[in-house]
Amino acid sequence: MGLTTQPERRQVTVSPGQGEGWITTRLDFLVNWGRANSLWPMPFGTACCAIEFMATAASKYDLARFGMERMSFSPRQADVLICAGRVPFKLAPVLRRIWQQMLQPKWAISMGACASSGGMFDNYAVVQGIDTIIPVDVYVPGCPPRPEGLIYGIMMLQEKVKRERLSDERLRDEMEPDPQSHLYIPPSAIDELSEPFGNSVHQTRSGL
Amino acid sequence: MNPSADRLRERFPQAFVRAEVVWGETTVFVQPGAVLDVVRYLHDDEAERYDYLSDVTAVEYRDLELPLQVVWHLRSLPHRRFLRLKAELPKGAPLVVPSVFPIYAGADWLERECYDMFGIRFDGHPDLRRILMWEQYQEGYPLRKDFPLRGRFSRSEQLRQALAAQPESRYSMHELTIADAFEDLPQDMRQRLARGERTGE
Ligand code: SF4
Repeated sequence: MGLTTQPERRQVTVSPGQGEGWITTRLDFLVNWGRANSLWPMPFGTACCAIEFMATAASKYDLARFGMERMSFSPRQADVLICAGRVPFKLAPVLRRIWQQMLQPKWAISMGACASSGGMFDNYAVVQGIDTIIPVDVYVPGCPPRPEGLIYGIMMLQEKVKRERLSDERLRDEMEPDPQSHLYIPPSAIDELSEPFGNSVHQTRSGL
Repeated sequence: MNPSADRLRERFPQAFVRAEVVWGETTVFVQPGAVLDVVRYLHDDEAERYDYLSDVTAVEYRDLELPLQVVWHLRSLPHRRFLRLKAELPKGAPLVVPSVFPIYAGADWLERECYDMFGIRFDGHPDLRRILMWEQYQEGYPLRKDFPLRGRFSRSEQLRQALAAQPESRYSMHELTIADAFEDLPQDMRQRLARGERTGE
């Protein structure tokens, strides 16, 4: 239809030697297969969930089966940030900084009720869900999630990674927060997120 | 009753308010202004020797009439005694008590925490600033009864203020061995620290 130019027809002759196998595949299938099976986690363990994360990494549940045994304590060598535990407001800029230090491609797993929503800590000190600070790919519910739960979340992330397409140009775009407010979600949405829950809805606010 | 209570009554008739025993633990109430003298006596005197300050904290009751109480938990290792010292601060007046830092260096962070959470000023503390909340925290003193559980500002405002803080700005020359790493610090931080400024204030 004139949209693409006709590929140059050339014949490729392959003559594998005796006993040599070969496959053809899509490039992004190969890349995604490699990425999905070697996700190096950046463990951001802040509370009790981190204990369960350690159990996941230890021999019984053996995260090594998923190519994740290599904990990357440097964000610059990590692929997936696993936030295991509650994040107090004081830690919010640290988490944001670590996320920004990670190189693309990168993903984030929010492990447990606290990291995903603030959990039972609907109070002055705790961030009501880390997705108000960094973009999150997989939320793992539970308080704490069992290792199976976390592994299930990781496998979901692997599925997501395998479905990525190199042709998607915006895939690796870095999410830039608003330079003024440092937020990347509209403030009204953040307020709404944490409004109807908790036991202190009727407490007074200064209106700021 | 802990024998120290009676000795305090004799020695500090002006400052001594009352003593009570609850479940075998003695609490002595003293006038806020006299705390430093009382604690110095308890620390230095051969018969007392309260050489270990295990906690400094405060209590606020929901009843608006009742004063705030500042609490010192003192322990004498040589005599195996425990004494709870309290001073009552009426609500209307400024909340100030003397710091016991000159006697127990360990009171440093305990008093900072008490200041951070209750807004009680410890007179004579060398470096009284917030310790749990970040230093620019503006919503007040979280453990006070008039503090809403969710804080005073909206969630987005809280997040905005929290994210505006520099992660590096938590350090001061005092509390880290940062002096060793001084040369490696970012330029602006070096300037701020060199001016004697506490970063983040
Ligand atoms: S979700 Fe539960 S286990 Fe996990 S950090 Fe929160 S309180 Fe702890």
